[in-house]
Amino acid sequence: MATAIRSLAALIALGLAALASAADEYVAPRGPGGEHPDLNGIWQALNTANYDIERHMARHAMQLREGPHGPLPAVDVLKLGAVGAVPPGLGVVEGGSLPYKPEALEKKRENAANWLDRDPEVKCYLPGVPRATYMPHPLRIQQGEDAIMIMDQYANAVREIYLEDIGEAPVDSWMGQSVGRWEGDTLVVEVTGQNDQTWFDRAGNHHSAQMTVTERYTPMGPNHLLYEATIDDPETFTRPWTMRMPLYRRMEPDARLLDFRCVEFVEELLYGEWRRHPLERP
Amino acid sequence: MNETRAMKTLIAATLAVAAAALALPAAADDVPRTPAGKPDFTGTYNVATLTPLRRPEMFGDNLVLDPAEAARIAEEERKLQEADLAPDDPNRTAPPKGGDGSTGAAGNVGGYNAFWVERGDGAFQINGEFRTSIITHPENGQFPKMTPRGMQDFARRRAFYRENTGEAWWIEAELDPGPYDDPELRPLGERCLLGFGSTAGPPMLPVLYNNTKRIIQNEDTVVILVEMNHDARIVRMNAEHAPEDQRFWLGDSIGWWDGDELVIETTNFRDETALSSATRDLKVTERFRYAEDGQVVYSFTVEDPNVWTEAWKGEYPWPRTDDRMFEYACHEGNYALGGILRGARRLEREALAAGADSAGTE
Repeated sequence: MATAIRSLAALIALGLAALASAADEYVAPRGPGGEHPDLNGIWQALNTANYDIERHMARHAMQLREGPHGPLPAVDVLKLGAVGAVPPGLGVVEGGSLPYKPEALEKKRENAANWLDRDPEVKCYLPGVPRATYMPHPLRIQQGEDAIMIMDQYANAVREIYLEDIGEAPVDSWMGQSVGRWEGDTLVVEVTGQNDQTWFDRAGNHHSAQMTVTERYTPMGPNHLLYEATIDDPETFTRPWTMRMPLYRRMEPDARLLDFRCVEFVEELLYGEWRRHPLERP
Repeated sequence: MNETRAMKTLIAATLAVAAAALALPAAADDVPRTPAGKPDFTGTYNVATLTPLRRPEMFGDNLVLDPAEAARIAEEERKLQEADLAPDDPNRTAPPKGGDGSTGAAGNVGGYNAFWVERGDGAFQINGEFRTSIITHPENGQFPKMTPRGMQDFARRRAFYRENTGEAWWIEAELDPGPYDDPELRPLGERCLLGFGSTAGPPMLPVLYNNTKRIIQNEDTVVILVEMNHDARIVRMNAEHAPEDQRFWLGDSIGWWDGDELVIETTNFRDETALSSATRDLKVTERFRYAEDGQVVYSFTVEDPNVWTEAWKGEYPWPRTDDRMFEYACHEGNYALGGILRGARRLEREALAAGADSAGTE
């Protein structure tokens, strides 16, 4: 069993490395201005990272309780049945698991046990980076001659990638401050100034406000980008770690971002009890 | 800073006079252009202005504001800001019980003063002329006459708005539903679904604060990011509108070039629109152009036959800024909406208790 897991880990490490080498060889068409590769388009991750960035087997639900023969769905999510189960994933984290400090690992477990109350996605809050990249929604990269912006369908989150040194972030924010530069055909983005309210996934993986994220966007084919993000957060983790995944171009001819503000979908959850005539609540 | 601006004004005015004298078109050579030769509007703008959307009635049909009057307005605003931005007395006492009498956004407790408000330093001008209103048509600078349906809807909405008297007035007024019954009945800005005052529109109008806009343009797409509520309008160039049954909070925007003007047409709105009074049949046509004075000028035409008996139009400049946008995370910090609903429930309880009391003493 242990050997099987080790070989699986090796296979995944190999797979992630192979992703990087594919990106090394491809030369992308030039974007606006003719100098840098064209990152314009509608992109989407195709994995289960938003459920759990770590390598994981399928499980009963996003929030669990102990049953007589192992974990079962928590009461609040029970009625979702198979729809509420967590699909399995190879994981996007290099090495498979996160190098948490002991107290941070404890907090992760508490987060998972209290997922419904704590996951900012449940309340339709801005996702932060890197989670914005692998939400189960498309994103649009808008690239001009010397300006880049990334827009997410989820919660109409948006961030400009500043292509000049703009100094320290004036204040912490949900999406942070992104400053980019080109290294060859790779767009490297340093994200700082994020608050500690966002998570990495629905599994309770978390970070502190000290986190810096270094993202790398590299064309690996006409319809794929390699996305890498190195997380440096000494308050939470014992060392920096990296996640890596392809982003796929949405190929539908009429592909576009649609509306998923989602604020309207959580009003009943957040404010329903204060209606003049409240509906029945669980 | 003020000197620079005064100088710019002077130069702009001089240039405008010169251009008018020679009847020159826009200085086509000076306009920043994309590699494809189209005017490039990529940049950051602060659209705050003291010029109102609707013209103050004293100006009648006069679109142009006298420079002396413009100077007076700017000076008044300067004084107001100076007074409001002066450090507060650290030994001041709490506002008196029942409020300090301040109105509007100050909320009767001195809540929003000029520190919070950024609505520009003066009236705007185009080609050296100060303006009395953003609306250019109808000629009186007012909204056109409303249709019967428009008037009916307006009256219904109007019934929802009353000064907060600290009483559940809607019970006695027998409003059903009452204005605070459900979150869905509150304005979109209060719910953090859209910014208030049609800041993202369309049409995009100046508001009390957070007036920064950011345009990033390429051949296929023009993105206009609106600071308030981080609303990115995505304009698909030379595309067709979405099918009739697809509706969007910001409408569905397509764009094309009319010579050196960027034209954006937006339809496919939802029942709830950013523009007050409008309906799902709203159509907004916007244009961006470089004026003779070098400014980017934004103009728009609003058509909604359900509401207005004719189209109305407006224009105002989008001055560039070196400032950057802040994140306007509205929903994440929306403690107000819950507070508004809880407050209304409390007032209702108090009103019912008072009613029961007076019934008991009769």
